[in-house]
Amino acid sequence: MFDKEELNRIIKERERWEKTTLPKWVSRRPERKSEFKNLSEIPIKRVYTPEDIKDMDYTRDLGFPGEYPFTRGLHATMYRGRLWTMRQFSGYGTAEQTNQRFKYLLKEGETGLSIAFDYPTIRGYDSDHPTAKGEVGVCGVAVSSLKDMEVLFDGIPLDKVTTSMTINGPAAMLLAMYIAVGDKQGVPREKLGGTTQNDMLKEFFAQKLIIFPPKPSVKLVTDIIEYCAKNLPKWNPISISGYHIREAGANAVQELAFTLYDGITYVESCLERGMKVDEFAPRLSFFFSAHNDFFEEIAKFRAARRLWAKIMRERFHAKNPRSWWMRMHVQTAGFTLTAQQPLNNIIRVTIQALAAVLGGTQSLHTNSFDEALALPSEQAVRIALRTQQIIAHESGIANTIDPLGGSYYVEALTNEMEEKAMDYIQKLDDMGGAIPAIEKGFFQKEIADSAYKYQKEIDEKERIIVGVNEYKIEEKYPIEILRIDPKVEEEQVARLQKLRRERDNRKVKEALEKLHYEAEKDVNLMPTIIEAVKSYATLGEICDVLRDVYGEYRELIVI
Amino acid sequence: MHGERKIRVLIAKPGLDSHDRGAKIVARALRDAGMEVIYTGLRQTPEQIVETALQEDVDVIGLSILSGAHNTLFPRIMELLKQKGLTDVLVVAGGIIPDEDVPELEKLGIKGFFGPGTPTDKIVQFIFENAPKRS
Amino acid sequence: MSEIEEIVQGVLAGDRRSIAKAITVIENNPEKARRIIASIYPHTGKAHVIGVTGPGGSGKSTLIEKIIREYRRRGKTVGVVAVDPTSPFTGGAFLGDRIRMQELSVDEGVFIRSMATRNYLGGIARATKDAVKVLDASGRDVVIVETVGAGQSEVEIIKVAQTIVVVFAPGLGDEIQAIKAGVMEIGDIFVVNKADRENVDKSVMDIRAMLQLSNKEQAWTPPVLKTIALTGDGVAKLIEKIEEHRRFLEREAGREKAREKAETELVEAIKEKVASLMIEELEKEGEFESYLQKILRREIDPMSAAEKILKKKLGGC
Repeated sequence: MFDKEELNRIIKERERWEKTTLPKWVSRRPERKSEFKNLSEIPIKRVYTPEDIKDMDYTRDLGFPGEYPFTRGLHATMYRGRLWTMRQFSGYGTAEQTNQRFKYLLKEGETGLSIAFDYPTIRGYDSDHPTAKGEVGVCGVAVSSLKDMEVLFDGIPLDKVTTSMTINGPAAMLLAMYIAVGDKQGVPREKLGGTTQNDMLKEFFAQKLIIFPPKPSVKLVTDIIEYCAKNLPKWNPISISGYHIREAGANAVQELAFTLYDGITYVESCLERGMKVDEFAPRLSFFFSAHNDFFEEIAKFRAARRLWAKIMRERFHAKNPRSWWMRMHVQTAGFTLTAQQPLNNIIRVTIQALAAVLGGTQSLHTNSFDEALALPSEQAVRIALRTQQIIAHESGIANTIDPLGGSYYVEALTNEMEEKAMDYIQKLDDMGGAIPAIEKGFFQKEIADSAYKYQKEIDEKERIIVGVNEYKIEEKYPIEILRIDPKVEEEQVARLQKLRRERDNRKVKEALEKLHYEAEKDVNLMPTIIEAVKSYATLGEICDVLRDVYGEYRELIVI
Repeated sequence: MHGERKIRVLIAKPGLDSHDRGAKIVARALRDAGMEVIYTGLRQTPEQIVETALQEDVDVIGLSILSGAHNTLFPRIMELLKQKGLTDVLVVAGGIIPDEDVPELEKLGIKGFFGPGTPTDKIVQFIFENAPKRS
Repeated sequence: MSEIEEIVQGVLAGDRRSIAKAITVIENNPEKARRIIASIYPHTGKAHVIGVTGPGGSGKSTLIEKIIREYRRRGKTVGVVAVDPTSPFTGGAFLGDRIRMQELSVDEGVFIRSMATRNYLGGIARATKDAVKVLDASGRDVVIVETVGAGQSEVEIIKVAQTIVVVFAPGLGDEIQAIKAGVMEIGDIFVVNKADRENVDKSVMDIRAMLQLSNKEQAWTPPVLKTIALTGDGVAKLIEKIEEHRRFLEREAGREKAREKAETELVEAIKEKVASLMIEELEKEGEFESYLQKILRREIDPMSAAEKILKKKLGGC
């Protein structure tokens, strides 16, 4: 980006500065540490200059917003055209309560609904399963059958909303229920809009909400992508997620590399099915974390966009520019929230949200400051949303595109993160792909080591966390704790048992037998699953059939 | 020439949540402090936890939970421990447990509570000081 | 009743808490352990002891879970001793093998115990043997010993078993190469797990080829089986083979092998007993230290020192 002569002049000047000005200051005011590093262990230099990005080519590496390689942003107008989507994820209680809240949100002008499911649902168990005791409706809504989904969307026309479902293992079943509700409402399937998270690979080494073994899990993910490509053109079948990888302890480079590698694996699986890359790639979307190290995070988002564009174009030969797009949703890092002096979390969330916006995200969730203590209170949820609104409307950041583009530091860091991520991708290719790496415990070990290191640094005060290992106070922070009424479980179980009595059990049996038969063959299971949910077979029953065929999987534990 | 008595610890995760980052870090820290650590893996029922503690004859049980179901699960675990005669086992808890729930849980016999932000050496030290002395 | 008597009575009655305590004693107190073993010894020798070993990633633990389930279906009670290495740096250990068997922990007919290799007096192999005896005396029909990998000490541990099952997975070719020296000779049954993967037949062939290389004239030809532990495929067949091997031992080589085992145990016990007696006495007289110093100064080599000591001690008797 600089001509040779100018660069030489800069280098000479730097050498002079290091000999004259710098030593005087270092002797008078020694630096705080002998080495400065970011969270990915990348050493951070004292100062960055054109020398650090001397091999960079503006048009090749940065280009313009809306054009390959999208380093500066996916859209030509970015936030000058439309602000990012402020999508706050939440949910608890019964289907009725959630339905009420949805209706309230719709009245307030929101059109994007977001569903969190409770743990039994996420694990593919009905609300009356023995392990569900005490967990029904606690961290999300319980959906055990089409009946619950009907209640959830009662009076809400599915062609007027988009729905994001945070669901992985049983994604096929819950999407099937959503489609069934749409069918009952008479909404054409091509009008259904929304997202299923549907990213199983990261479950095996990060979030660990697993039902089936890796291979059939990826098969089900692929079934959904294929089915949506043919029938639900407005649906985002998958949100390839680095967020949970980060929360489990990975550093920024690992988050970036492992997420993209999961993406590569899904693309390969679709190609093996015989799909054409441009048929499905435009609908792939991503989900990242925004952590504490401000510039590192910004560089991560920029590097992710550029690297994905290259992978899609060069590795998979996608022709449609939309296939090169990495559309991303970002959530501020829940792990960074402290239980100590919880109001400080508002500041942390603000910094993280700023990084996400400066990194060019399409959509953002900001955490509530009290989430390290309990389910968030109403006031905390509101502040979290207001944080985004203040950034959007008051800070002026949204007025220009990629304002940090061209910063010597940010560009050098973007390059470095991309290179390090590519090293991991190479390593994973050499291992034979994501599934062998999972079975060897490679991801698990990498993540466990980073998590342990991070904690040790805090223990040894190499890393200061304000209010936790420094600047501590004696405090009792009064919080209102949201308790889930045990009635939620009783009512849910009662409804489920009533359903089991009243449905046509012969039809259910037939549907489940058909599913069993189909699952043993190598066919797309979505149509059969839709039939099964329409017969009111429960989530647990459907998953049991597949557990029987595929086996149940326990995660490999690497400490 | 006799090896000194090793402290055996069971790190258990009751409840359906899958946040095991903390549990694993603690397991590793205890191992690095010279203890023998048995980790149950995720989503253990109270019955499984207590039966494992019995078979492994552990000195300490560390319970980690973030799903909010501690008020349902912990009393059951403590009850089962009593039933099986494992009354001298030190039970400590970590995860997200609101302060106001602590007194009730203490009454059940749970001795240490280590919420988010606890340095691992504090947990190690607590266990060294409070693990039952057995011959 | 003394504490020891109470434990012994409990073990013989199959009481789970007593079994657990007995193994803890074995781990921590050789003197008391000896008394326990002496009391329960007449009640041992009934269980069939199965050793399962193989490289990490072969799906061993999952396979063991399925083996236990199959035995339970057949009405047998099962004990498991899972051995994991102690870290030489910290002295701590991570005992993770039971994770995959956790659902079975609430089954009254199953008892699972994890042991760390530690730095045992008499070695982990001895401690494992004793733990197996406790489970045997408690009335378990089958006792499974699990070790990871197949280094020298794992081979020593697993030798406690009557039937040794060695587990591989396809694509672990290098690992097979690396460990064949240790386990190919001791394996009675070989299993290629994860048989739904590619290259499974190649692995089976590789193992057969290696077995032929180490070919001795044998009355028992080790079979090579395929399993998919995740779904349980092939496990019933594996149990059949284990049972077949058990009958083979009873029929033919059993008595000889039992004699061999008893002999080894006796020899080892004498070695250990004599050594600790000698050392204890030498230490009392301060001679141990003086020999040590001489060896350090290279005035004498350890073997000659031992000879000298023996001559002096035994001569003086």
